Amino acid sequence: MTRLAKTYLIAVLVFLYLPILVMMAMAFNRSALYEMPFTFDLVWFKALMENERLLQASWNSVWIASVNAVIATSLGTLAAYAFSRYEFRGKRILQLLLFPPITIPWLIIGTSMLIFFFWVGIGRGLHAILLGHVALSLPYVIVVVGARLRDMSATLEEAAATLGATPRQTFRRVTLPILAPGVVAAALFAFAVSFDQFVISYFLAAPGTSTLPVEIFTAIRKGFTPEINAVSTIIILVSMGLMLLVARNYKFGGER
Amino acid sequence: MSRVDVEGATKRYGALKALDDVSVHFTDGEFFGLLGPSGSGKTTLLRAIAGFVDLDAGSIEFDGERVENVPVHRRGIGMMFQSYALFPHLTVNENIAFGLDVRGTPRAEIEQRVQEMLALVRLPGLGERKPRQLSGGQQQRVALARALITRPKVLLLDEPLGALDRRLRQEMQVELREIQRETGITAIFVTHDQEEALTLSDRIAIINDGRLVQTGKPQEVYERPVTIFAAQFLGDSNVLRGAAIEGGLRLSDGTMIGTAGPCDGTAILRPEKILVQAGTGAVRGNALQGEVLQAVYTGASVTYRIRTAALGDVPLLAFAQNQTGDVLSPGAAVTASWDAAYTIPVQP
Repeated sequence: MTRLAKTYLIAVLVFLYLPILVMMAMAFNRSALYEMPFTFDLVWFKALMENERLLQASWNSVWIASVNAVIATSLGTLAAYAFSRYEFRGKRILQLLLFPPITIPWLIIGTSMLIFFFWVGIGRGLHAILLGHVALSLPYVIVVVGARLRDMSATLEEAAATLGATPRQTFRRVTLPILAPGVVAAALFAFAVSFDQFVISYFLAAPGTSTLPVEIFTAIRKGFTPEINAVSTIIILVSMGLMLLVARNYKFGGER
Repeated sequence: MSRVDVEGATKRYGALKALDDVSVHFTDGEFFGLLGPSGSGKTTLLRAIAGFVDLDAGSIEFDGERVENVPVHRRGIGMMFQSYALFPHLTVNENIAFGLDVRGTPRAEIEQRVQEMLALVRLPGLGERKPRQLSGGQQQRVALARALITRPKVLLLDEPLGALDRRLRQEMQVELREIQRETGITAIFVTHDQEEALTLSDRIAIINDGRLVQTGKPQEVYERPVTIFAAQFLGDSNVLRGAAIEGGLRLSDGTMIGTAGPCDGTAILRPEKILVQAGTGAVRGNALQGEVLQAVYTGASVTYRIRTAALGDVPLLAFAQNQTGDVLSPGAAVTASWDAAYTIPVQP
């Protein structure tokens, strides 16, 4: 690598990570006003533990993200399997329809979901948020699992059939185990999509119940407290842990 | 160990007829080669027997029982794929055991039969490895063991040795043949490699454009091809065309050629049946005078291309045994002669 490219790369990384690092550092600083010198203290984490609203919102977020991951991954894996192994009417159109939700602004999706959910009587609340998140993360799951399926030769499934495996046995004993890294990656993806989601959650949250991103936003509007730094630090560490899990289980673009 | 009868098999893909009224009868315990160029329909036929392809018309019977409506997993077949299709997430033992596992065979019996299979394919001691830790030849054997452990009625092989290098291929041909004899299983294999078909098969069928061209023992099909395609696909041949006369052909320059049996105007002649000699003295019944265009020395034999008046622009191809060490040079006047019995009348 040339010197210039190296310098550039370092600059980009600094630009990306410096704000995050500063924030994480401030979560451990005693002063609420970012005053120096830095004094290590866990006071904001203690305050966080007593902040019922933030804790409840965190729990909501984790719960919704987990349930969303399970539902979206199950549905998405089956859909990806159907797309890759079967021919049926309207397949092309269905495949094309998967992508607009990724590109349509969340603001618009959120607005339309809010209107639609009211219209059909679903209303607002955690159930509505969950429903919205599943719809939003499905395309990601289908794309990730679909990529893995494309790498997996259909001959393996044919071989299983010649050996006497029923279609169900073939799916459970051959397709799914080989697909597993892709499915795990998709589940983590779906978890992250839901956990990060602000706009749709904000629109669909009922007064009094919200998810962590919505709660953080509300708290900031009322006046920033370093508890936000503390909760953000926890989120960053958890996200990085998840990323490492994905990286271990799934080589992007390569076989494993 | 079964008889397989295919009757009137027809399969269309849009306008293309992949199989066109194909009937073949595979007898119990034989090693049968389906030979044809790519796109000829040979693989479609194999996949129809396996159950992956639904026929538009025709029937398939295993031991007299119709199987068209039996799904693949209940047909009782074994299949080897060109890519081996070993399950990458399972060990060698688990791969081989798969067919018994899905049938719910007791553990102890599975273990015993896996050991038998490993011994049969000469792979003892590798059971705990994953497929990717094996060489191509070893993967081949695992695939064979996996296909045979369920004691299938028929073993189907799709270009089984296509991915191996030449030396390993010849070794595996011999082994495949031995294992097939030991187990007595009916085996049907698809290949585009004529040498492989001749070496392995009890009988072969030549398929072209979805149609069965000829079926028979390798020697019969080689020595007595029924069409020009069969003659040219299996080995090399010279095509002789002319006017039909009593007992033979009159070529374009008027030369009379005796043929083996009545001839409609087309016959083929294998290059190795021709005797090439300098000068004009014909030794055998049929003879053409000509001039050597090209002589390729290959050690054990010499390949001659000879220009003759009778064949015009198409040179006569002759493989001469290298008995004296002399090679006729280009330009030399020669006589190519052969027995009428080797001039085989064919359909154009």
